[in-house]
Amino acid sequence: MTTAPLLDIKDLTVTYDSGAAAVRGVDLTLEAGQKLGIAGESGCGKSTLALALLRLLPAGAKLTGEVLLDGEDVLTMKWGRLRAVRWAGASIVFQGAMHSLNAVHRVGDQIAEPMLIHGTVPASGVRKKVTGLLEHVGLPASRADAYPHELSGGQRQRVMIAMALACDPKLIVADEPTTALDVMIQAQILRLIEQLVAEQDVGLIMISHDLAVLADTCDRLAVMYAGRVVEQGPASEVYAAARHPYGKALSAAFPRIGDPSSRHAPRGLAGDPPDPSDLPSGCTFHPRCPVAIEACSVEDQELRGERDWQAACLHV
Amino acid sequence: MTTTDASTKDAPAKDAAAKSPRTLARERRRRSVARFWRQYRTHRAGLFGLAALALFVLLALLAPLLVGADVQSVTKAPGKPLEAPSGEFLLGTDKDGRSMLGLLIWGARFSLTVGFLAAALSVAIGTLIGITAGHYKGWYSTVIMRVTDWFLVMPTLVLAIALASVLSRSIWTIILAIGVTTWPTTARLVRAQTLAVESRPYIERAKALGGGHSHIMTRHVLPNVMPLVLAQTTLVISSAVLTEATLAFLGLGDPTVTSWGGLLQDARDSGATTKWWYVMPPGIAIALVALSFTLCGRAVESVLNPRLGASR
Amino acid sequence: MTDASTSTTALADPDGPAPAGPSARGPRARDTVAYLRYGAGKLVGAAVSLFAVLVTSFFLFRIIPGDPVRTITHGRAVSEEQLQALRRQFGIDKPLWEQFTQYCGQALRGDFGNSYQLHDPVGELIWDRLPATLLLTGTAFVLYSLIGVWLGTRSAWRNGGLGDRFNTGLSLTLYSVPSFWLGLMLINVFAVGVGFVPGLFPTGLMETGDGSTGLAHALDVAHHMVLPVVTLVAVGYAQTLLVMRSSLLDEMGSDYLTTARAKGLRDTLVRRRHAVPNALLPTVTLMFVNLGHVVAGQILVETVFSWPGLGGLFYEALSIPDLPLLQGLFFVFAAGVILMNTLADLIYPLLDPRVGR
Repeated sequence: MTTAPLLDIKDLTVTYDSGAAAVRGVDLTLEAGQKLGIAGESGCGKSTLALALLRLLPAGAKLTGEVLLDGEDVLTMKWGRLRAVRWAGASIVFQGAMHSLNAVHRVGDQIAEPMLIHGTVPASGVRKKVTGLLEHVGLPASRADAYPHELSGGQRQRVMIAMALACDPKLIVADEPTTALDVMIQAQILRLIEQLVAEQDVGLIMISHDLAVLADTCDRLAVMYAGRVVEQGPASEVYAAARHPYGKALSAAFPRIGDPSSRHAPRGLAGDPPDPSDLPSGCTFHPRCPVAIEACSVEDQELRGERDWQAACLHV
Repeated sequence: MTTTDASTKDAPAKDAAAKSPRTLARERRRRSVARFWRQYRTHRAGLFGLAALALFVLLALLAPLLVGADVQSVTKAPGKPLEAPSGEFLLGTDKDGRSMLGLLIWGARFSLTVGFLAAALSVAIGTLIGITAGHYKGWYSTVIMRVTDWFLVMPTLVLAIALASVLSRSIWTIILAIGVTTWPTTARLVRAQTLAVESRPYIERAKALGGGHSHIMTRHVLPNVMPLVLAQTTLVISSAVLTEATLAFLGLGDPTVTSWGGLLQDARDSGATTKWWYVMPPGIAIALVALSFTLCGRAVESVLNPRLGASR
Repeated sequence: MTDASTSTTALADPDGPAPAGPSARGPRARDTVAYLRYGAGKLVGAAVSLFAVLVTSFFLFRIIPGDPVRTITHGRAVSEEQLQALRRQFGIDKPLWEQFTQYCGQALRGDFGNSYQLHDPVGELIWDRLPATLLLTGTAFVLYSLIGVWLGTRSAWRNGGLGDRFNTGLSLTLYSVPSFWLGLMLINVFAVGVGFVPGLFPTGLMETGDGSTGLAHALDVAHHMVLPVVTLVAVGYAQTLLVMRSSLLDEMGSDYLTTARAKGLRDTLVRRRHAVPNALLPTVTLMFVNLGHVVAGQILVETVFSWPGLGGLFYEALSIPDLPLLQGLFFVFAAGVILMNTLADLIYPLLDPRVGR
């Protein structure tokens, strides 16, 4: 793995035209076949980051930095090239598959659409490939004729995953793929994603507010707060013993199954994430931080620590 | 929210402590009116509509001073029939030699009166039906909404024309004909809003505290649907003005008064439709008034519901 | 969740029965049955509405106006026996209930009695004039729906731009203009001619009446149709435009459009294939609900342009008032709108898979 990484994000910032800085200088790297989890509360910029990877943000958003996908910068691509890269190079499994599928088209047609657009499969073979994809994600081929409202939440999410695989992309971004599902279905969908990623050797970025889900699925973990990565490292270790106080709070927010002590541990975090258009000074986490000292409200913190496991905190 | 809490909590002891929650409610209302106006001001088209309306209302109110009731008199007509515009008659004369400008100003009185009254009747019916249909569940609501839907697809104007044609010719006939045929849209909107309001928790609380049907409908639902009713009223006035002109043009208007539609009917009946000063001004006046009300209504609507995306 | 054994079953679909899982008859057959049930419901609804129209027209033209015999004989010296004879002739000497059932029976056979003024059966008069009206309304409806949807789509997609503001402003203005007045103005400018502009179009009627046939006749009728159609389209397209615009604006933030963009679709394809079909649903509904306005515009435009259709007939009947004719026309107008709405209900499931299954 000495060649260029599959995805290399360098100093990415996203500013909406309202002045809100949703993403502020994010650096992330992903090798082919690797699974990266991005965690954070709603409003921390993780979904904005996902959309920014394919330049899907509304026209008012300003992007700086670099998003190198296979060595090519997505942010400076011409429109034609960008359209070619979308879905064929990297695809997205959106959250809330109810609204992410078009209600008036059959799901089979929606899965076939990117193949026809990108011409990755000859027109005569599209139907067969759709059937194959549906079976691959555990749906009977006959469901291709169904409309989204005729499917259950889990089935829709499976369709979404089949669609993401349609053009054999090298990178799949899963944005809260299990949020609206109940726990049993959640587990199934996660296993499915894991299995498919392992089979096809694609890179996976999984975004969730649930650190446990990410630790379970991913190799590496990045914790985002107020538009920045505040901690990143090996998934299981970050989950078990986060170094950043926010990472700690996040991993304590979900009870650990089979660990009675976690029930009594202090949980949750007072206050709300800061307004992205009016961020606190210094370390943006300091107003909510249990271990903040005076310097935290003045000094901005960079990621520090060993190369493999970094956190942006004074105490590290 | 805190003020709402106070007023509902005090509801059983309302007589004893009537003053304080009422004052609070009044203050809250004044604040929301101020906020409403601040947002309305940002809609240029809405401001234009409001200004145009103010001008028309002023003209209508001042008409007795500006032109006097004599302007309608055929026997005292100052000019020759169908005179072209001149220094004396800025907009020429009609088929009887009356000043068109004077008639136009006088006509504003009738058109606006009919517009306001017919819209008031229509919106009142619609609000009553909408609130009760939203509040009472069961067969009453079902039947009422079936009737509303039926009225909604009816050719409203045909119904109004039919009604106006079988009743005697008078201003009240026109108001009645417009009022009883155009309420269904309002009823549907108000019903939807009523359902939304009644699903809020404080209604539940008011019910638990023993608030009766009429208490809930008049004290809780009505104030909450009022903004919507306001927007709807301006839109209904706009179509009422148009309908009034249409009825008058079809010869169903009150023959004893001057109205813009009536002027157009006169022009057509006397074969004078090619005289631009006879035909253009009343039509433009009708269109301007209707447009102004529509613009106001849209501005109000988009203040209430920014997602509608009405043009600014 | 952390139990690895779940992974072995993950590829099956154990979600349990989906909301509409395939039944023994297969999805297509089930869809057909559901559709037939839906359609039958709509037809029953239409029948109820038609009956309501009958009741309304009975009250409107038989009860409210009072004694029609007095109206006809108004101002003439008539003996009491003659009045009685006339009442018997009109069938109004019987009790109200009997009158009503008799009226319903006749109306369903298309028999609305004889016109006071023209003395011909109302049904025949309407039948003769129907084609002219259908030609004019049909043409105008198709044209203004297409124009409204097209301009509304453009307006919403470039929301707030110069084109959007122009489109919205113009349509609001035209929407406020009385249709009959616009017709008069168009006649003045394009039929009579203003200044050096000669009259380009006929001032009214449907044909020149020179006995031409075939293509020449069709062209003649088309020539006569231009101004009335322009008038109807001008005052009619605004509503379609505004509804299409606002429903498309509602769709524009939707997640499925982001999905479509992420798939690499061009902007025009995102709009045409994904956004517009969804935005069309509320627009089509409203277009049909508002057909009543089309009828109204039709009456006025036919009056102004002396178009030999039902609207013109309605205007002629108004001045008498020719009650049987008005009654028949009212029923035809209302029934037409109800039938069109039912038709729309029946084709709606083809546009929206969520309806009627």
